[in-house]
Order: sequence, then structure tokens, then C-alpha cells
Amino acid sequence: MSWTPCFLSMLSTLVLGVSVPPGALDCWVFLSCLEVLQRIEGCCDRVQIDSNIAHTVGLWSYATEKLKSLGYLCGLVSEKGPNSEDLNRTVDLLAGLGAERPETANTAQSPYKKLKEALSSVEAFEKHYLDLSHATIEMYTSIGRIRSAKFVGKDLAEFYMRKKSPQKAEVYLQGALKNYLAEGWALPVTHTRKQLAECQKRLGQIENYLQTSSLLASDCHLTEEERESFCREILSFAGRQTDSPGHKIVLPLHSFAHLRDLRFTPPNAVVHVGGVLSVEITVCSQMPVPVQVEQIAIHVHFSIEKNNYRKTAEWLTKHRAAGGLVSFPTEAAPCPAPQSSLPALELCEMFERSPSDNSLNTTGIICKNVHMLLRRQESGAALEASTGVALEDGAHVLKCTSVTLEPGANTITFRTQAREPGTYTLRQLCASLGPVCFVLPHIHPPVQYDVYSQEPQLRVEPLADSLLAGIPQKVKFTVTTGHYTVKNGDSLQLSNIEAMLILCHAENRAVIYSNTREKASDAALRVQSSDKVTSISLPAAPAYHMIEFELEVLSLPSAPAAGGESAVLGTTEPHWKHRDTQKASHSMATTDHRVSIDCPWSIYSTVIALTFSMPFRTTHSLLSAGTRKYVQVCVQNLSELDFHLSDSNLVAAGDSSDLRLVPLHTDSQQHVRSEQAAFFVWELKWTREPPPPLHGQFSVGFSPASEQRLSVSLKPYTYEFQVDNFFTLYSVTAEISPPPGAELCKTGALCSLEVTITRLADLLEVDKDEALTESAEYFSTKLMYEVVDNSSNWAVCGKSSGVVSMPVCARATHRVHMEVMPLFAGYLPLPDVRLFKYLPHHSAHSSQLDADSWIENDGLSVDKHVDEQLDSSSIRSRGSGHSAASSEHKGLPMPRLQALPPGQVFNCSAGTQVLVVPSKDDHVLEVSVT
Amino acid sequence: MAVPLPGDKTVVAQNYPLYIRSVPTESELKFHYMVHTSLDVVDEKISAMGKALVDQRELYLGLLYPTEDYKVYGYVTNSKVKFVMVVDSSNTALRDNEIRSMFRKLHNSYTDVMCNPFYNPGDRIQSRAFDSMVTSMMVQVC
Repeated sequence: MSWTPCFLSMLSTLVLGVSVPPGALDCWVFLSCLEVLQRIEGCCDRVQIDSNIAHTVGLWSYATEKLKSLGYLCGLVSEKGPNSEDLNRTVDLLAGLGAERPETANTAQSPYKKLKEALSSVEAFEKHYLDLSHATIEMYTSIGRIRSAKFVGKDLAEFYMRKKSPQKAEVYLQGALKNYLAEGWALPVTHTRKQLAECQKRLGQIENYLQTSSLLASDCHLTEEERESFCREILSFAGRQTDSPGHKIVLPLHSFAHLRDLRFTPPNAVVHVGGVLSVEITVCSQMPVPVQVEQIAIHVHFSIEKNNYRKTAEWLTKHRAAGGLVSFPTEAAPCPAPQSSLPALELCEMFERSPSDNSLNTTGIICKNVHMLLRRQESGAALEASTGVALEDGAHVLKCTSVTLEPGANTITFRTQAREPGTYTLRQLCASLGPVCFVLPHIHPPVQYDVYSQEPQLRVEPLADSLLAGIPQKVKFTVTTGHYTVKNGDSLQLSNIEAMLILCHAENRAVIYSNTREKASDAALRVQSSDKVTSISLPAAPAYHMIEFELEVLSLPSAPAAGGESAVLGTTEPHWKHRDTQKASHSMATTDHRVSIDCPWSIYSTVIALTFSMPFRTTHSLLSAGTRKYVQVCVQNLSELDFHLSDSNLVAAGDSSDLRLVPLHTDSQQHVRSEQAAFFVWELKWTREPPPPLHGQFSVGFSPASEQRLSVSLKPYTYEFQVDNFFTLYSVTAEISPPPGAELCKTGALCSLEVTITRLADLLEVDKDEALTESAEYFSTKLMYEVVDNSSNWAVCGKSSGVVSMPVCARATHRVHMEVMPLFAGYLPLPDVRLFKYLPHHSAHSSQLDADSWIENDGLSVDKHVDEQLDSSSIRSRGSGHSAASSEHKGLPMPRLQALPPGQVFNCSAGTQVLVVPSKDDHVLEVSVT
Repeated sequence: MAVPLPGDKTVVAQNYPLYIRSVPTESELKFHYMVHTSLDVVDEKISAMGKALVDQRELYLGLLYPTEDYKVYGYVTNSKVKFVMVVDSSNTALRDNEIRSMFRKLHNSYTDVMCNPFYNPGDRIQSRAFDSMVTSMMVQVC
């Protein structure tokens, strides 16, 4: 049934060649359309007609259009009715129709009669035209041709406007406008809006009219004159005095102007109480002419968020981004593009593999946000929503009066003085012109500024990473005044502590910074020290400023804890020892000093802890050469500074008359760089044998290498230690000799190891212990030797250890022979020979005394038990016997070994090596790569 | 002679113009209305052949509807981008085949626009190449 278009095109082409009076053609077309439609109705039933509406509706619409144009031609649509010229034309047309054909002459409703009737009177035309239009719209709507229906509706609206019934026209115009807006057709939108504006003006819908006018005034599809005229409409209304002064007309801002960006000064949008904040906004006016706006206001919502760390002064001043500029997205341009609201497709690939052989079954693309994309578009309502723009009334408003908005970008600056601390969120932007208010209901993205109030604060922190004890160190004092104004005469009172000095210099200066870290001024700082208190008088500073100054402090640790009679002041190692153990051995020992400071703004004192680190770590060691003894002190610099060490001294406290320390180092001054160590060696000499234990007191003066001149004399660094039992009692010699007949040792061949242990001294105090046994003529002690080769160069054959009974008298010697086998060729170091004191077991643990007797008793009881129950189950007896054995094993007391102090044994052959040649019949060469 | 050539894209129920141009600019509004109304017919035709297989589908929709003075032709790409062309009905030189080839040219040019990585699908077409192609087509027809 596609003959309708064909018919129409035939009509149009046929008609073109003939010249006819105006309107005659329209009449003919109208008649033809209706004839055809009537014929169709005549030969089809209702259902068929309904199903073919799509094909016939074109004719209906065509007929409507023609009737409309005839109506306009004959002056039937005008308000006043047809004039004489119109009437003449009507008469001509009616005459041109001729007489009705006989076959339809008798029917009540024929196209011919219809046309004749319609053209004969205004009322009849209206009736017929409305009938046709409504029928067409209905048909279009029923088959889903919404756009066509709206278009016919617009024609109808035009007709109503001419007939002075704008209230009827409005519905059709609004409907059409909604459709065009939803689909983004700019020109039809503009045209329809223009019609709508006219309609609303006639209806007296002031608010709607002004809104449409503002939209049209900013419409770039209109000419400059048209836009200006619409703009003037608004301005003239705004200039008019209204009867009810309280009544305001609230219109959305987006048609009038567009908020482009917003800038805070200070840029982080954080001000203290009493501070001045300025907000600078850029507004793009879309009006074609400059507009004088009475007032532009930003409504601000105020909220207090207490107990929120994020709202404290510290957090705000540090963490708020200093961007300052907030840009707002451009709102929908004159022709809204609805697709912008659609989210982008989120696609991901999908593979489906068969579970049996993992081969690919299907692949595909999945759209993850289908629910967003396929959502029903509730268009229209949201696009031109004018309702719901409510003017918020709040106590907090930023205002700017009498601003002229030029077309294009305008900059408006608001200034405000912060009063109450809290968060202020900018909510609405409102431009008022008399009774007309243009309101941006929501400022999005949200913009806010914060006002804070701060308590005065004192912060003390070291300039360097860590403070070093013993040398002058700089400490920075920062006073954040907050809401407190520092007056002349205000001072900080530092309670002095003995171990820390505050060094006063004449030229101490304090710098005052403003809240934004700009230097405001600087002033001299007066520091006065008395016995108990150091007073620092602060320079006068206004609120919300910072005073910064530096002071030098020197940590003086308290007097030596290990009470020596010598009055040596200075740092003492034992004092730190207990802390040292808690920390990693390579880190510096620290001490804390607590300083209490009285501030003028508070009745409470501030306690500040300063941690000082000891720059050095000292170790000592005893070195032996036969019977001669040396003491080595190692001073390790742990800090990052270089130091000069001078006047090193080691004094033997106590029975110093018997001990003499001869320094072997010559330099009086030593330079010790960062992370390096200096060594000092003394030879220990004594006048009385055995020598008394050494209580060493080491002291060394130190000063930082970088600073040549120091204002204060520094105390030396001291270290105390004790060395006991350093007198050599035994000397151990080990010797390896090749097997008899051979010149050199060979790998795999047994060699003999001879260990000689020699006693060097007679009975001494230190020998008197449990191991000492007294026989008829001499004392003897038990020693255990052990040959260990940790480097696996030697295989010790047979017993590698044993217990010897050593007579306690000088030059007593014990020799031990052993067989060892070299495993490798080359110069091999000798295996170690270790010597221990062998303490008998019965004296080992007093709590486990009579262990032997207990074992014996137990064993007896087991025996007895077995005897008694000879014929009982063997399992039980065995079980009990087993338990006895295990307890026996557990309770077996072991003899104790006690290591001899390092000074008492001297290993003569330490460091000697033996040449081992490879054996000739070595077939297997073992290569180990490590 | 007026040849407004809008490319219309459909996303669900949205039909907003990607490109629209007409030669006598004074009656531009009329053509906008005409093209907009013609989308009804385009939609109808698309839904009518929706069941046909994609590769067998005819992209050219043919004459959408005639009016007294103009003929409106339609074309739809596989991605449901609609082309509508309004030509003067007195121009008898434009037969179905010419219209078809013009649509094909438009389609090719549109494909080029889509290939531009800086073109955001759905934005208004502001390509100079597309512009000049449309201009040349209009000149040729007049």
C-alpha cells in the first residue's frame, strides 16, 4: 500500500505546469485528498483502515495543510474576519469549484460540501480545521510519528494565537519545544521559543515569559536586534516598580549568565578568625547588552565541625591544596547536546573456554554499564525545569552591589572578614535586578572555605636531624601566636637544668612572619640568664603571626655516675650504658633533657623534651704478647661531623702506684672523620706481681673540626672500664711435625701435633677455686684442652680434647700428642687449641646434690622391682626400667667448663702456618667453589 | 535548490543533528522542521527492517515522503547514523541512482570523519573535508 507517496508526487508534478489563480490548486488538492480518503473508507473495514493509517495519514496531513493555507488566503484565520478582498477571493474560489458532481450531491458529507462550508464562514472553517488537525495529530500519535504530530500541533498553535486564544496554543508549543529540546534541534527550539514567548506574554505569565526572554536573549541563533529586544523586556520589567515589594521573581541563572571560575585569596581558602578572605568570581554574561545588576550575592552555608582533626589549624594550613582556582564546567550551551549526559561505554573482553580441553568456545565484548546506557531517558522535564529554584535564606551572604555585567566575562570580587571558625560552603549565586532574581541554585563542584581559630603555640625543634651532646647545638624556637597578641615585655621563661646550658649570644635575632610565611619584620632578642631561669623576651607580634629564633644549647651530662674520687667532669659512658643496651649497637646513645617553659599566654608550662645523641662509642680491648700487656681504646665517631680529638689520657684509678701506663701513640691530636674510628694504645706495666686489676679512666678532649673557635670550653669525653685477671698464667704452643721420614707434611698423611701447655706463674689468688686440688707437695688444677679446626683444614684423628692435671707452679709443662691429617695442600694455619678450666661435677649445682646416690637408689629399686616380679609381664618391667634409664640420663650431672679469661692464656703459635704438599697419588681432586 | 544534509544519529530515542546544511539560508528553519519531521519516517523504516540480517540490509531508505516542492530521501548506516537529503522536486535530473551515489559519498566522508581520532563520536561534525564535500555536492546538484 505504498501508493500514497506516489499519488502525492503525481499530484505535485501534475499541478506544476498549469497556471491557476492562487488557492485554486489548494482547493483541488484538498478535494482530491479527501476524495481518496473517502473512497478508501468506503471499500475497507475499520480494522483495515486502522492498520493502514501509516499510509493514509500523509493525505490527512496534506489536506490539513491545504485547508490551513486556504484559510489564511481567504482571511478566515485573522482576528477581525475576512475583509472585502478576502471575500472576493473566496467567491472566486467557490465559483471555480463548479457544481458538485451528481453522484455525491445527495450525500450529507462530501468533500465538496466540506470545503464549501469551510470557506463560507469563519466559525465553520475553525470547526473543520480543528477537526482535521485533531484527527491528524491523533493519527500521527497513534502510529508513533511524534515529531510529525508536534509539527501539526505547532501549526494549530499558530492558528490559536491568531484566534486570540493563547492558553490553547501554549500546550502545543510547550509540547513541541520539549521535543526539540530533547533532540537538540537548535533552530526549531529558537523559533518555538519565540512563539512561546509571545504566547506567555499574552497570557501574562510573567515569570515564564521572563525566563523564556532570558533564554532568547542569550540565544546565538537570533539576530542581535532580537536578542536586545528580549533583553530589554527583562530590564524594563525589572525597572518597573512593583506593587508588592516583597515579591520576587526567581529565574535560573544559566540563561542569563554562566559562572566560569572562582578564585580564593588566600589561595588555600583558609583564613584565621579576623582575617580577610576575598572570593573572585568570573561570570560570563550571555546578555547582548551591558546589564546593571543591583546586587550579586553568594549564599553561604555555615557549619561548625568540632572535634574534627581535619578542621584544626594545623591540618588546614598544611594540607589544603593551594590551588585557589575552581573552574566550573560549561553548562549546556544554547543547543544542548543530550549525548553529553551519557556515560562512556565501559567494555571488557570475555573469553569462554571449554572446561575439558581449555579450547576457546566463545569470545565477546561485554558492556559493563548497560544499565546506565539503556536507562529510559526522562528527557524534557529536566531540560527546561524552571520550577524548584528556591532562594535560600541564610545569615551568611557575600554581597557585591551595583555591578555592571558586560557581555562576556566579568570579574566580581567579594570580600569578607572571617568571624566564626568553621566551614563555609558556597551554595547559591544570586544576581538581582529589582524584583527579578537570577539564581544559580547549586554551585557545583562544591566550593568551601574554612575559618579557623588557633591557640598560641610554642614549638622547639633542633635544626639538624639530631642534637649531639657535648658540643653547642642550634635549636629553633617557633612561636605561633594564634589569637594571642604578643606584647612588648612578654617573655618565655625557661627553667634551667644543670645538664643543659643555654648559650647566650649578643646578636640573637628573632624574625616575625605573617600567617602566609611572609617575613614581616625582625627584632633583637634579649636573653637573660639567672641561676634558675633563662628569660627570653619576645618581640611584639600581632595575632596569627609567627616568631622564629634560634638558640644554642649545650648538653652537659651529669657528673660521672661511677663514683671516682677524681673530680673529672664530663660525659661518662656508664651513664649511657643502660640505654645503649636497648638500642641497636650501631646507633648512638641518647639522653633526654626536659625543659619546662612558661609562656605568657598560658598558666601552664610547656614541657619540651630535647634528645641529645652521643657522637662517640668507645670500646676497649686487652692485647697480650707473652707476658706483656697492652690496652687498646677505640673511639668510634658515629655522627656526621668530623671531630678533633686531643689530650687523650688513660689513668689507672685505685692502686695506681703498682700500675704504669705507657702511651704508644705519639700524636697528641687526632682527626676522626664521620663514621670512622681512632685507636689509642698503652702498654701496661706493673711493679708488683700479680698486678692488681686495672680500673681505667680514659678521657679525650674533642671539638668539631669545622668550627675552629668555640665560645665555650668543652668538657672532655670520658670512658671508664675495668680489666681483671690479665696476668698470663699459661702459654700454649702447638707444633705440627711431618711423619717420620718425610720432609714435609702431605695431604692425607698423618702428622703429629704436639701441644705444650706451660704454667708461667706460681699459685696465685685467681687459681683458688674448686678445680684446685692439693696433694702432698703441690697444688694442681684441672685444665681441659680442645683442638678445634673451624676451617676444616685438618682432620683430628683420635681424641681431640682431654683433661690434664696441671701442677700449679711456674714452668710446669704438659705435653699432649695428637695425630692430625691435613686435608688440603698449601700453607695451612694450625688448628686452634683452646684451654678451659675443668670444674668437677659434684660442686656444679647445689640444688642437684647427691645426684649419683639418687641414681643408685633408683637403680636399686628397679632391680628390686624386677626381682620381685620375675614372672610378671615383661612389658611392665621393661617399661619401668626404661623410665628409670631416661631419668638417669636426664639427671646426669656434667662437669662444668669455665673459659679462662683471655689475658691468662697466651697462644704462642697463633698465626703460624705449616706447609702441606699435595700427595702424589691423589687421584681425586676435589674442587669446591664457594 | 535546497539540499539540507543532516547526519542524524540515533541513540535509543535521541535524534540530534550532527551536521545540517542548506543552500538558501533564508528558509533554513523550514528545512530543519522538515528534516526533523522526516525522522519519524526514518525511524519507522528502520524498525520495519530491524529483523533483516545486518549484512543484507539496504542502507538506502529511498524516498521518505514527498511534499509539494521537495523530495526527502533517507539513508541509514549500520551504526544507525541517519542521513536525510531534501531536494527540489522540480529537479528531474536527480533520479534514484544519483541520490544513492550521493548518499554513498556522504557515507564515505562520514566514515573518514569517524576515523579521525580527535573526533568524539556524537559531537557535531566540524570537519573541513566533510564541509567541502557537502559544498561540492550541493554545487553539482544546483
